[in-house]
Amino acid sequence: MISAYYFGAISLVLIGLYAVLVKKNLLKILVGLSIMETGVNLLLISIGYVSGRSAPILSEGIGPNQAVDPIPQALVLTAIVIGVATTAMALSAAILIYEKYGTLNVEEIRRLRG
Amino acid sequence: MSAIAVIEYIIIALMVVSAIFAVEWRDLLAAVVGMAAVSLFASILFFMLQAPDVAMTEAAIGAALSGAVFILAIKRTRRFESEEEEKPGWWVRW
Repeated sequence: MISAYYFGAISLVLIGLYAVLVKKNLLKILVGLSIMETGVNLLLISIGYVSGRSAPILSEGIGPNQAVDPIPQALVLTAIVIGVATTAMALSAAILIYEKYGTLNVEEIRRLRG
Repeated sequence: MSAIAVIEYIIIALMVVSAIFAVEWRDLLAAVVGMAAVSLFASILFFMLQAPDVAMTEAAIGAALSGAVFILAIKRTRRFESEEEEKPGWWVRW
């Protein structure tokens, strides 16, 4: 049942988008962004899946005709690394914002200080 | 319906429920634990979708490295969201 994977992946993207739009804590917004990244990766992998085939690793009894699509897997492997680098950079920016403003509320950050 | 499809449905449902909890929990440390749970269930789903290399990378980065970086950031800032961040009428108070 491949449509259940589509449902789960799109649900993760929508839940992360809700957190980014509605929540006011900066770290909670970054948690939502990370959930969105996971949902997009799961959607890409489930697009490349062919039912009944095995992993794209060439071994004894498995040829190129019995494997799933390997191109989305390479794409997602790159996207995971880009996602964790983006999250780490945004968290360091959040730490600097907390040291400057003393809060993580995105409405309080609008004011000038110093 | 085979047994493997039932297991897939259960894991997808657990993943979506832990994503909702990760967004809604007020304690940020619990929210990071929920995000790591989402990453763990996504890793199991990657393994079921015949992508074992992506599953290993997601388990290592999503559960361990991303959670550790979030916990370090929470340690440098504060742990709980304050109460007035959740008041209704957020779209008009600019």
